[in-house]
Amino acid sequence: MSFTDATLARFAKEVAKYPQDQKVSAVMACLAIVQHEQGHVSREAEEGIAAYLGMPAIAVHEVTTFYNMYNTQPVGRYKLNVCTNLPCQLRNGQTALEHLCGKLGVQPYGTTACGTFTVQPSECLGACADAPVMLVNDRQMLSFMDNERLDELVEMLKKA
Amino acid sequence: MLDLSKFQATGRETCFHGRHLDPQIYAGLDGTNWRLADYRARGGYRALARILGKGDGEAMTPDQVIAEVKLSSLRGRGGAGFPSGLKWSFMPRQFAGPKYLVCNSDEGEPGTCKDRDILRYNPHIVIEGMAIAAYAMGIRTGYNYIHGEIFEVYQRFEEALEEARAAGLLGERILGSDYSFQLHAHHGFGAYICGEETALLESLEGKKGQPRYKPPFPASFGLYGKPTTINNTETFAAVPWIINHGGQAYLECGKPNNGGTKIFSVVGDVNLPGNYEVPLGTPFARLLELAGGVRGGALKAVIPGGSSAPVLPARTMLDCTMDYDAIAKAGSMLGSGAVIVMNDSRCMVRSLLRLSYFYQHESCGQCTPCREGTGWLWRLVDRIEHGKGRPEDLDLLDSVADNIKGRTICALGDAAAMPVQGMLKHFRDEFVYHVEHKTCRVGQTA
Repeated sequence: MSFTDATLARFAKEVAKYPQDQKVSAVMACLAIVQHEQGHVSREAEEGIAAYLGMPAIAVHEVTTFYNMYNTQPVGRYKLNVCTNLPCQLRNGQTALEHLCGKLGVQPYGTTACGTFTVQPSECLGACADAPVMLVNDRQMLSFMDNERLDELVEMLKKA
Repeated sequence: MLDLSKFQATGRETCFHGRHLDPQIYAGLDGTNWRLADYRARGGYRALARILGKGDGEAMTPDQVIAEVKLSSLRGRGGAGFPSGLKWSFMPRQFAGPKYLVCNSDEGEPGTCKDRDILRYNPHIVIEGMAIAAYAMGIRTGYNYIHGEIFEVYQRFEEALEEARAAGLLGERILGSDYSFQLHAHHGFGAYICGEETALLESLEGKKGQPRYKPPFPASFGLYGKPTTINNTETFAAVPWIINHGGQAYLECGKPNNGGTKIFSVVGDVNLPGNYEVPLGTPFARLLELAGGVRGGALKAVIPGGSSAPVLPARTMLDCTMDYDAIAKAGSMLGSGAVIVMNDSRCMVRSLLRLSYFYQHESCGQCTPCREGTGWLWRLVDRIEHGKGRPEDLDLLDSVADNIKGRTICALGDAAAMPVQGMLKHFRDEFVYHVEHKTCRVGQTA
């Protein structure tokens, strides 16, 4: 896969953070950029990043599959991650996940038929005092998501 | 990006509630005053200027800075509680090649959410703390590894870095001195194990985050094989205050061997969950009161230092002060300062089940006792929770935990085993009840 100049410029900004002989350090950032632009990380994208950074494609694939947040398959337009770890569970994190799945008619890790939503349970987001907490498309963290606010969010995202 | 701000935290609940006790790191914050000019108005970067001989008072040598941090008895705020000044003194000062400074902001220990508030509401205090540390150890390059799940905080930290660079507080010849230090932010992407310092280094090098054998320790073989010091975000954030007020003053606001304030994330069954910065040695009962007391029933148990710390029953906690030594003496650990409060409607089997799932999910798979053992623990607790437990399962749980502990490269194995053994030690009767009656005595459902 070849990347646009805009994407390559984003890659270069990350590579510049590391010593010249350690470009590989930017692999996580390059993968995150690709996911942000394309929705998931394909094997072709991994090969493109490998060529760009001068590392084996399998080493890129190891990174993609090791970290929880990379999507190795396409996901819905909105990927919703709800924390269900113990501190959140004590403040209805699990309830929030179940409510969201019920409302959208999907199982955990599932995507709605229309392709709009993917719902996933997640491990600690590091915002335990804000429970229930969730993450939208890896980037926006939402707090105090009781059922009412979840309903409101879903309606807003459907219209967006 | 879609405007979802109405669903986003404002920090009012967790940080700007006015219920800190003598705060140093969170003092004077309101959510809008995170920029360089605001930080300077609060006295920020005075400590850095001072050690470089560009501010009030005499310049300090690297040795003097380390001596001051040693005197303060600042201990690592990430979980291990190792004396920071001592750690800094391990760095080979005469080493000719590059050395690195790393900030561990990969805050993923369940229950912990303090570093997020430091980084988004007071990012410059971390930058200043790191710059001082780098000066003390003769380091020219640093990285702040930020938790993957807090992208907006990472973005803010990047902005703060730009401000500091533009003002000559990072980069070549800082404040016109001979000292140079450049700092970058590295964004993680979801792996609990990367909070372990050597896994974090592997991750920074662009690999899977699998911990390294120690020794060699990072001070001799760290990032890119070079001498490296890694400290937690809150540890660095404590440093400017120590330089400004002196190590002795820092020590005196805590208790002996437990200097300074500590930020506790009080979460779970309390009325006002949030971060509370209080002097080390503050009674647990006082901390609980600051967090609005127990919600939904009487206090049953507390996990005092993040999910990896053994649980303690209410009566033990109510006798404890919140400091490294007191919590260790009570049989647990202060860890990252996450205080998970549980009321008497909570089922301990169910609670342990969620934690055991977490550890088997996050085991990096490198060491057999952890990779296999955490799965055993999870499946055993799962069958007990679901009425399929056998009487011998309790001893089996204990034995599996014993066979993980101390037999792995990193501490994740211990972190998975300790909650199991803590639960069995203090709440064994609940597990027995589940096995004997195939149901829960407490009856927690949600």
